[in-house]
Amino acid sequence: MESKETYNSPIPLEENQQKGKSSLKDKDIQVIIGWILRGGVAVSMILVFIGGVFFVYRHGYSMPDYKTFKGIPFFVQNIGGILNGVIMLKGQAIIQLGIILLIATPVIRVAFSAVAFLMEKDYLYTVITLIVLLIIIASMISGNAG
Amino acid sequence: MSVIVFTVILLLGSYFAGLLGSLTGLGGGFIIIPLLTLLLRVDIHYAIGASLVSVIATSSGSAAAYVKEGITNIRLGMFLEIATTAGAFTGAVLAIYVPTHFIAILFGLILIFSAVISLRNRAEQIVHKETFLSKKLRLGGNYPANGGAIEYGVSNIAGGFFMMVFAGIISGLLGVGSGALKVVAMDGIMRIPFKVSTTTSNFMIGVTAAASAVVYLQRGYIHPGIAMPVVIGVLLGAISGSKILVHTSSSKWLRWVFAIVVTVLSIQMIYNGIKGNI
Repeated sequence: MESKETYNSPIPLEENQQKGKSSLKDKDIQVIIGWILRGGVAVSMILVFIGGVFFVYRHGYSMPDYKTFKGIPFFVQNIGGILNGVIMLKGQAIIQLGIILLIATPVIRVAFSAVAFLMEKDYLYTVITLIVLLIIIASMISGNAG
Repeated sequence: MSVIVFTVILLLGSYFAGLLGSLTGLGGGFIIIPLLTLLLRVDIHYAIGASLVSVIATSSGSAAAYVKEGITNIRLGMFLEIATTAGAFTGAVLAIYVPTHFIAILFGLILIFSAVISLRNRAEQIVHKETFLSKKLRLGGNYPANGGAIEYGVSNIAGGFFMMVFAGIISGLLGVGSGALKVVAMDGIMRIPFKVSTTTSNFMIGVTAAASAVVYLQRGYIHPGIAMPVVIGVLLGAISGSKILVHTSSSKWLRWVFAIVVTVLSIQMIYNGIKGNI
């Protein structure tokens, strides 16, 4: 057996566990992150499936042309239109809502991590996580402008 | 082609893409894009949008399982996500200016490179030394194995970080997870044990893809009629793949089959790109 002193361990196990003397432990964070990811994927997939059923049922025999890029139908271009379409049970609107939720899932994970690091009093990683969040927001805003 | 035929073909194709992608670790995007552009003649922008959405679904789904096992290095992932999201943002912006045939050629080249990486035998490596930056950023960690915990350090942070920017650009430009490039950055450059690099790379893929997906969503690249069968098919395929993976002892022959498929697809993408068909 190798003794613990033979190498210089990066973060001793004990320290990792001690860090959780505040309310939130690394292990809890892992469980919650797992739960966010799983929940987000499950809910969005159900929406995409339901929307798909409506879409294929109503438009099954129409001939879509995806050969040339024409963007997406007008009523799913913004969140107001999508929500309106969902109320009217439009298949493509329900699918798009599911897709938006799916894209939001990892972003929600990042936002939760920022809060979790803050509660752990790990300020370095709170800042790192906020930078990631800012880059995603910047990307979102640039897409809106373009 | 009617909506119903298109949807059924795409569902089946995406299922196999997800299955193969999960068995080989390359991800489903690498088959989805040639399937859509070469076989179904769909515009490459729609293909990239749909593929990117499926990448988020599969990586988030499997990351949920890995994170709970405690193998994923969340701090390392978070730190490197600065690089990958910045890259993905850049890639999504570049996609407006880069001609589509160039995207097709680049796709073919990256695909060949990724296949070579996935066929390579990876030996487990554990570095115990810590660099200055790794200590400052507390990037080292440990993961559970055989009832104990294996401690590891992280080397060459700057090199790995730049490779991650590149991985992000490719992910944003081509609509793939670019898991192979992330693995190169982590086990090739930063010398992280592969169990940790595989799961941490997977953990980062969803956020990276989301950073460019927010741009594509607003630009109309993500069409509900195309993304719906792709995302459902790929996710179901990936789930089947993860079940099979537990039961088969050797997937070596399968990786070779995949390598051949991938080579044919990449040559097709490059050829059609050069000819200007895409």
